[in-house]
Amino acid sequence: MPVETWLIFLLGFMILGSIVALEIRDILSSIVAVGVVGLALSIAFLFLQAPDLAVVQFLFEIFALIILVCAFVRKEFHALEPARASRWIFGFTLIGLAAILALSLKVFRLLPAFGRPLMEVSRHYLEHAAAETGAANVVTAVILDYRAFDTLGEITVLLTAILGTLTVLRTRARSGKGGDR
Amino acid sequence: MTLYVLCFALFLVGLYGILTKRDLVKIILSSGIMGYACNMMLVLFGYRREASYPILEKGREAAAMVDPLPQAMVLTAIVIELGIISLLAALAVRLFQKYRTYDITKIRRLSG
Amino acid sequence: MRDVKPGLTVIVKTVNRLILWMIFLYGIYIILHGHLSPGGGFGGGVVLALGFLGVLLAYGRGFSLNWLRLGTLRDLEYSAPLLFLGFGLAGMAWGGAFLANFLSKGKLFALLSSGVILPLNIVIGLKVGLSLFLVVLALAEFDPSQGDDE
Repeated sequence: MPVETWLIFLLGFMILGSIVALEIRDILSSIVAVGVVGLALSIAFLFLQAPDLAVVQFLFEIFALIILVCAFVRKEFHALEPARASRWIFGFTLIGLAAILALSLKVFRLLPAFGRPLMEVSRHYLEHAAAETGAANVVTAVILDYRAFDTLGEITVLLTAILGTLTVLRTRARSGKGGDR
Repeated sequence: MTLYVLCFALFLVGLYGILTKRDLVKIILSSGIMGYACNMMLVLFGYRREASYPILEKGREAAAMVDPLPQAMVLTAIVIELGIISLLAALAVRLFQKYRTYDITKIRRLSG
Repeated sequence: MRDVKPGLTVIVKTVNRLILWMIFLYGIYIILHGHLSPGGGFGGGVVLALGFLGVLLAYGRGFSLNWLRLGTLRDLEYSAPLLFLGFGLAGMAWGGAFLANFLSKGKLFALLSSGVILPLNIVIGLKVGLSLFLVVLALAEFDPSQGDDE
């Protein structure tokens, strides 16, 4: 089978999984459904010839699952059912999103066709990465040599997000009885 | 073409969740789904027919390879997405501690 | 005391003790071979964090916090971006540009090759692994069922 068939199947599966995750009542099932979507994305990366991304997506999906379960799955959290959106908001949203999808169909024709990327810059990367950086993995060469500045910014963003998380969670721990900080 | 449209539909499913759901956890999950769609779209742009993964090996130094640039961008995007999810989860847990609910309409009402 | 019996059963603890070093070895392998094979600092860092997480789940919080020396971990995590910046400035000094690849490139397909990419991979693995582990630790010990005014 060609790659497109597999990818269409996987994307349909992901859309189905997302809808299930959003509509199901139980919050643990919802989180697990999103995890399944992420694993399907990891397989899709394998089909798209990106083993780097498949490994990283797989591991991070597991980790996101653990974070969400740690944070949200306790019995008393969902004692009372959250209200559903009113029928008017629901209908308007559906119509609006369908209109967006219908109107954007023309845009996708303008994009380069699937399987034929432009590769203006990347050709240089592929041809000269071995000589210029000495790394066999071209993706790593791009991340840490050609575009290391991006990675510095990425690390800064990650540091900020983690600091924000720890700060938001911290105030009670300081006033509480646990004195391990 | 079909793939792009399906990918955009996945993005719209996430947008639908953010717009209509009232549960904070569902909203966080929707933002994660939107992130998946963006990553998938970027990697779809970089796929090249009849090409293989962009890692050199002994014996196949000069083969046809897919575009490595979107893959590098998506690799960093995945990590940032996890940081964002953890930040949102922390904020949601703090909100729950204050208001005892995840329902955003009630949170809005209590803020006065 | 919030948790009466710390950790899981003795079977889980034993298996965890046997497997933990293999997990760490695997993570370090992924990080060190980031420029030769799929993986690299991001993936390997998460493997390290999952190893720490196994300790946390199997042995309970109290033991893990004693075993880990949280302050050192936090200092290491916060200093990783500084290390990255330091490599960038060193590239400016010796290579002529910020984050230039100033070390020797070595031979293709050798482990000690590709100059500055290998240490940067290690820095990223350290940063990602430690920060993710600290987040999970904070989320696990945060107990929102306690009121705000305790």
